[in-house]
Amino acid sequence: MKGNEALAEAAIRAGCRHFFGYPITPQTEVSAYMAKRMPKIGGTYLQAESEIAAINMVLGAASAGVRAMTSSSSPGISLKSEGISYIAGSDLPCLIINVMRGGPGLGGIQPSQADYWQATRASGHGDFQNIVFAPSTVQEMVDLTFQAFDLADKYRMPAMMLADGMLGQMMEPVSFPEDYTPIQADKSWATNGHQNKRPHNIVNSLYLQADELEQLVVDRFARYEQVKQNEVLVECENTEDADYIVVAYGATARIAKAAVKAAREKGLKIGCIRPITVWPFPTEEIAAAAEGCKGFLCVEMSMGQMVDDVRLAVNGKVPVSFFGRTGGVIPTPAEVLGEIEKMAGGDR
Amino acid sequence: MAIVFEKPKALTDAVLHYCPGCTHGIIHRLVAEAIDELGIEGRTIGVAPVGCAVMAYNYFACDMVEAAHGRAPAVATGLRRALPDSVVFTYQGDGDLAAIGTAETVHAATRGENITVIFVNNCIYGMTGGQMAPTTLPGQITQTTPYGRDTATAGFPIRMCEMLSTLDGVALAQRVTVDSVPHVKEAKKAIQKAFQNQLDHKGFSIVEVLSTCPTNWGLTPIEAMQWLRDNMIPYYPLGVYKDKDAQKEEK
Repeated sequence: MKGNEALAEAAIRAGCRHFFGYPITPQTEVSAYMAKRMPKIGGTYLQAESEIAAINMVLGAASAGVRAMTSSSSPGISLKSEGISYIAGSDLPCLIINVMRGGPGLGGIQPSQADYWQATRASGHGDFQNIVFAPSTVQEMVDLTFQAFDLADKYRMPAMMLADGMLGQMMEPVSFPEDYTPIQADKSWATNGHQNKRPHNIVNSLYLQADELEQLVVDRFARYEQVKQNEVLVECENTEDADYIVVAYGATARIAKAAVKAAREKGLKIGCIRPITVWPFPTEEIAAAAEGCKGFLCVEMSMGQMVDDVRLAVNGKVPVSFFGRTGGVIPTPAEVLGEIEKMAGGDR
Repeated sequence: MAIVFEKPKALTDAVLHYCPGCTHGIIHRLVAEAIDELGIEGRTIGVAPVGCAVMAYNYFACDMVEAAHGRAPAVATGLRRALPDSVVFTYQGDGDLAAIGTAETVHAATRGENITVIFVNNCIYGMTGGQMAPTTLPGQITQTTPYGRDTATAGFPIRMCEMLSTLDGVALAQRVTVDSVPHVKEAKKAIQKAFQNQLDHKGFSIVEVLSTCPTNWGLTPIEAMQWLRDNMIPYYPLGVYKDKDAQKEEK
């Protein structure tokens, strides 16, 4: 299946019946798939008048207590940032897909990872986080979609699937879980009509008393701390004996792994760490690896964004270098291998 | 002793924060009366705007959602689609509905989104201290039109009901006011119809209520009512601009 379509099917199987979107390349197939499937299963596919409206429709549906989602690509996510902040500030769960393309501005439509900072640092105003998943295969995109809905419900916060144009457009075999049941999340807060049986519920992000707002944000960050403790996903390969470690996520990790394999064949002891959640970030795993290696190379399809998190995790213990291509240019395994050899050069 | 006058059930006991002489209080009451009389509070969800009515979620006793500025019709759309048996209304001011949220308003209307929109037009941004609104009248003095709204540079006021009446998705577009007892009664009827339309799945219903802002207009409440009659009603004539039922009867 094509990545975007597999993602859409996974969302439906995860119990999402409310999709609100706006056309943009390269996420188009997500919307098209939803438009085809939702009416057949009694769900909602709604093409909104704007990205802003789409994310606010998600806010409305999420307020009602149902699983809701939207899908876009980089420039569209910028427009959604207002709504994402309100969703986070109202403690609502939802899924936001970003099939990243080159930027800034209108940028291009080729694959990119230049929205890492946006996804993990600044997807809207105010103090808040999203749980951000970074799949590197179509199968993983499917599996993480179920998890994203579950964790969004569990922690009452937005989840983001940070894919890229390469994954979205790629075709790979996938299998869907046979026996998925959504986690039982308490949704007694939902504004779904009190039926004269309970006091009225209010979904809101406005708190005019500074101390009250501070307390709410502090409580929310206590929840984020739980997410950091429990939900980090990371893949570590050949790190035990590694002299140097390559860190990469998403589609880029596939290229990095090919380069690492080639380097190993050349006798270099190279390992690979692939963050699967980029928020929460696998800080501890990278810090632990820094104890036993001589250096890191971070590879991204950007000018270097995740490398900040790698440097924070390494905390100056060993050098961290960076290699990236941007604007929609995909790095080749040979280029990455070249960088690995440069880094490990003194060791030969 | 017999109780002859009560607060509607659909209003909470919270003390309204509105300024003296502001007509939000009357309009809140009319909405609550409509909810009471239709017996729909248990399945009604209101969407509050950004502006003076931002805290409406504290005043209505039904479930409430606070939307971002202008986005109430989109939020209402999400709620209404997720809860097919619900009744969803938005309560919005002129800056919210006719400036920053124009796209959301127009498109919810043209989709025939089955929601009720209460549009409170007082020709000014009240909450932020009286700036020019999309509905500010030509020559009207506000904080950001200190020499009066100059249509050569600031353009002309928007007549939302007239504009929306051209859209097929709109079931009801009516402009009312609350400056007198007969007008209040008329407004009540319009608001009730806008809710009834939703129960009958007729589509998008909007009731525009011409309202006063004595504080930011710099007038007493009584002067403000007169200003509304002298200046607003001539520019924004009261009346039904679209009514699907009436159109059917004509045919």
